[in-house]
Amino acid sequence: MSATAVHNLWTTAAVAADPISKIDAPKIEYGQLAPTLIVVGAAIIGVLVEAFVPRKSRYYAQMFVSAVALAAAFAAVVALAADDYGTTKAGIAAMGAIAVDGPALFLQGTILLTALVGLFTFAERRLDPAAHGNRVDSFAAQAASVPGSDSEKKAVKAGFTTTEVFPLLLFAVAGMLIFPAANDLLTLFVALEVFSLPLYLLCALARRKRLMSQEAAVKYFLLGAFASAFTLFGIALLYGYAGSMSYATIAQVVDGTVQDVNPALADTMGNDALLLVGAALLVMGLLFKVGAVPFHMWTPDVYQGAPTPVTGFMAAATKVAAFGALLRVLYVVLPGLRWDWRPVMWAVAIVTMLGGAIVAITQTDIKRLLAYSSIAHAGFILAGVVAATPSGVSSVLFYLAAYSFVTIGAFAVVTLVRDAGGEATHLSKWAGLGRRSPLVAAVFAVFLLAFAGIPLTSGFAGKFAVFKAAAEGGAAPLVVIGVISSAIAAFFYIRVIVLMFFSEPRPEGPTVAVPSPLTMTAIGAGVAVTVVLGVAPQYFLELAGDAGVFVR
Amino acid sequence: MSFPLLTATAVLPAIGAIATAAVPAAKRTAAKWLALLFSLATLVLAIVVLVRFDPDGDRYQLTESHAWIADFGVRYELGVDGIAVALIALTALLIPFIILAGWHDADPSPSSQHRSSRGGTEETGTEPTSIAEGRWRPTQGFFALILAVEAMVILSFEATDVFLFYIFFEAMLIPMYFLIGGFGDRAHEHGEKAAATQRSYAAVKFLLYNLAGGLIMLAAVIGLYVVAGNFSLTEIAEARANGSLDMATSTERWLFLGFFLAFAVKAPLWPLHTWLPNAMQESTAPVAVLITAVVDKVGTFAMLRFCLQLFPEASKWATPVILVLAVISIIYGALLAVGQRDIKRLIAYASISHFGFIIMGIFAMTSQGQSGATLYMVNHGISTAVLMLIAGFLISRRGSRLIADYGGVQKVAPVLAGTFLIGGLATLSLPGLAPFVSEFLVLVGTFTRYPVIGIIATFGIVLAALYTLVLYQRTMTGPVKPEVAAMPDLRVREIAVVAPLVVLLVFLGVYPKPVTDVVNPAVEQTMSDVEKKDPQPEVEAAK
Repeated sequence: MSATAVHNLWTTAAVAADPISKIDAPKIEYGQLAPTLIVVGAAIIGVLVEAFVPRKSRYYAQMFVSAVALAAAFAAVVALAADDYGTTKAGIAAMGAIAVDGPALFLQGTILLTALVGLFTFAERRLDPAAHGNRVDSFAAQAASVPGSDSEKKAVKAGFTTTEVFPLLLFAVAGMLIFPAANDLLTLFVALEVFSLPLYLLCALARRKRLMSQEAAVKYFLLGAFASAFTLFGIALLYGYAGSMSYATIAQVVDGTVQDVNPALADTMGNDALLLVGAALLVMGLLFKVGAVPFHMWTPDVYQGAPTPVTGFMAAATKVAAFGALLRVLYVVLPGLRWDWRPVMWAVAIVTMLGGAIVAITQTDIKRLLAYSSIAHAGFILAGVVAATPSGVSSVLFYLAAYSFVTIGAFAVVTLVRDAGGEATHLSKWAGLGRRSPLVAAVFAVFLLAFAGIPLTSGFAGKFAVFKAAAEGGAAPLVVIGVISSAIAAFFYIRVIVLMFFSEPRPEGPTVAVPSPLTMTAIGAGVAVTVVLGVAPQYFLELAGDAGVFVR
Repeated sequence: MSFPLLTATAVLPAIGAIATAAVPAAKRTAAKWLALLFSLATLVLAIVVLVRFDPDGDRYQLTESHAWIADFGVRYELGVDGIAVALIALTALLIPFIILAGWHDADPSPSSQHRSSRGGTEETGTEPTSIAEGRWRPTQGFFALILAVEAMVILSFEATDVFLFYIFFEAMLIPMYFLIGGFGDRAHEHGEKAAATQRSYAAVKFLLYNLAGGLIMLAAVIGLYVVAGNFSLTEIAEARANGSLDMATSTERWLFLGFFLAFAVKAPLWPLHTWLPNAMQESTAPVAVLITAVVDKVGTFAMLRFCLQLFPEASKWATPVILVLAVISIIYGALLAVGQRDIKRLIAYASISHFGFIIMGIFAMTSQGQSGATLYMVNHGISTAVLMLIAGFLISRRGSRLIADYGGVQKVAPVLAGTFLIGGLATLSLPGLAPFVSEFLVLVGTFTRYPVIGIIATFGIVLAALYTLVLYQRTMTGPVKPEVAAMPDLRVREIAVVAPLVVLLVFLGVYPKPVTDVVNPAVEQTMSDVEKKDPQPEVEAAK
């Protein structure tokens, strides 16, 4: 089969992306871009709220704006999908910058729901004891004050709260919405920065253990900046190779079916060295965001240091967005190169699955443990990516949806278990939790079992979907390694369950805070999705299956 | 649409599990009665299944089929053949006795009751359990988990969709795990703390062995889907039989190994057996019965139903190796049983030996062997239940599992000793008791095809006589040890547990026809799947 024919398997009828041949007012399809525009607009309103609304009512105003915006954006996604923009009407919007197709809409819907649930955990104000009569959330009173300084004490006493987290969250979500939908490399890079920068900031805002939080943010920022630089360099090289930023044009050049050649670039165009190095650097940047071995070093430190609501949101939504972008780059831009990238992705998937699972065994901190578990899960998802078939795409979409809700729920439970120093994340403190608070421990056990991929949870359905796709795509050895690392991973999930249920509680152990309905909703949503996707996944599998075709 | 009898049989205990778990903390006794009631109702339904099942009718009866996960090619398909009916009946029969035998096993331990009763004066105590004693409901949990296991075991006997079977095969590990790890045997020579450590070790070992086996099976399940395109046992078996589904020899062998490994861990077959002694030793006697008499049967059952039907060629290919492993299990289990100091561990190794017989019977590929093996599954369930439950009663009286701590029990507790002897004699397959028939059939079935294997396996019986009789002699006969002197005999509840099972042992020993009638047609079917004829065709000279 020729490369073009294969390419056409993954893409619907090509809409020629015309480079700017005549100067014209850009045509923007506002309706199709509505989800992103709503979120960006709300984020800007959020900034204005910070500027003009009195401090006392900011929290409520921000909560309201964010929740309404995320819900409205989700409604817009649903409306677009209902109007067949995911299937028959899929196309390119905003002058070739953004694709509106099945995978984009599915991922945007997932990100928005995740963000909505994440928003609830952001807004939780009942867990920490009130400081000076003011209810406090998980974020620093005043981010600018030096930890332990007088100004910090004053800020706490004055009851300051960092309500800026809400617009930051919305900006991050806006970037994430564009990231998997970006249809040219420049949009991809802009989206990457738009969602990364707010996340760096959010990581630094923990109320407790502020130094650790700031350290995590600096690490994340530095490594993230490196990754961005790699990505940008890769984009530059790909531009040099193809003479265009557009996904479709680059794919045509890779396939050798390009129509018109820019004379200025005719010399370098089609230089395979540029292509290979450029593609490698670009994919490297994306794998960094995904948290795949060997680009995973930041994950445990950042997950541990960041405020737990941020960790939950980041772990869930970033993974969705980044895998979406990775899929689109590999399936739309580089399908002609798949004999080159598949072996590499094989290797990355194998080391990610095994590396994440093995290192997780030795962890003693629940947040670090979940971080390594997220690495192992990235490996499982990569197994679906490697399949390079339509069922590979839909299985990855399904897995991401299943995984993100489990993750956000699990981190929400972590916020509940507290002692005098804030959250008690050391595993030894979780001993006997099942005896003190059977319900919380049982819920966490459900999430752990879903992570472990026990049948009748969403984790099993997702794992089965990606492994099935991988096996059909001829990657049977990956499946075998996948089940082996699942077995290894099961060990440390089970270890936590043992600790919670079979160990004697410690006398100075942590207490379980009673959360407000916000966190309860977040955890409840996590459990509900975990069970529904585990017992009756058919509808959602069909949804992901329908959404499995990229537009070109 | 007819009444979904099979679903009801499995859903009833599941509802029972939820209902029992929901009983308020203070009403422990109500929870027990509720659980017992649900298990008895399940037994009634199982008997209805048994009555409605026509041994000479279709292969799979009472079938149900509904769409479930079309994207995975998975349907909710249930159906029972004679083998499944017999095992469902066994499961439903044993669970009420297990519940009754474990009546007090999950009561709050005397020590913690003691503590919480004095809690007021000991605020500075180091024991924080009492803080949440109100919400921590071990009793409800114990009985709810037993019913949950029952529901999953019954469903895995009923499922005729490979994926559906896999789901329950794996999912039942979780409640089992909590039963082993959460409600262990309190008798431990080094005190409660050591017992807790040992227990959690046993539970984790159980889970990891079975989960690893299950995950390997998952790879094979996915492989099967890639090859066959759906999971329906009947469709695949039919396509295999009429040649429309061709598997490469190597593919079939790999898939077979993936399935077999999971079942061999569950069964358990040497050398994958090491989790069983730990699990049985550390769990309470009723849970140990649940493991060996009920849950492990799913492994041997699945070998018959899935390995032989889906991969007949590979089954024939693997037969010599599996038979050798089975014989090793028989002899090795028996030898280790002889050397045990711990009563429950001894019974665990005896079980390994017996599972060797069952697997040998299945893979001897003769109809006597396979119907013997199926019969063996039922009889082993009953006889082990008798022996283990009485051992549990004995241990709870003295607080020790060590054989050396007993002596002369038959003088102070003659009923206990007598029933223990019957259980022991059943274990060593005394003629007149049920296991004899099945063991005899297995040996005959093996001998006709593999005489050497059959002869070696016979030594297992000799060793069985050794370990059961020595166990009886050391614990029950001889001078009465002072610690044993005040031991009460079996109580009414305990007799109610043991007596019906003993009666059943004798009845099936004298008249096994009810079971063999149900089982034989299904065995014939399985035999025809692997295209094996019995070695002596003159037996079928009826034409």
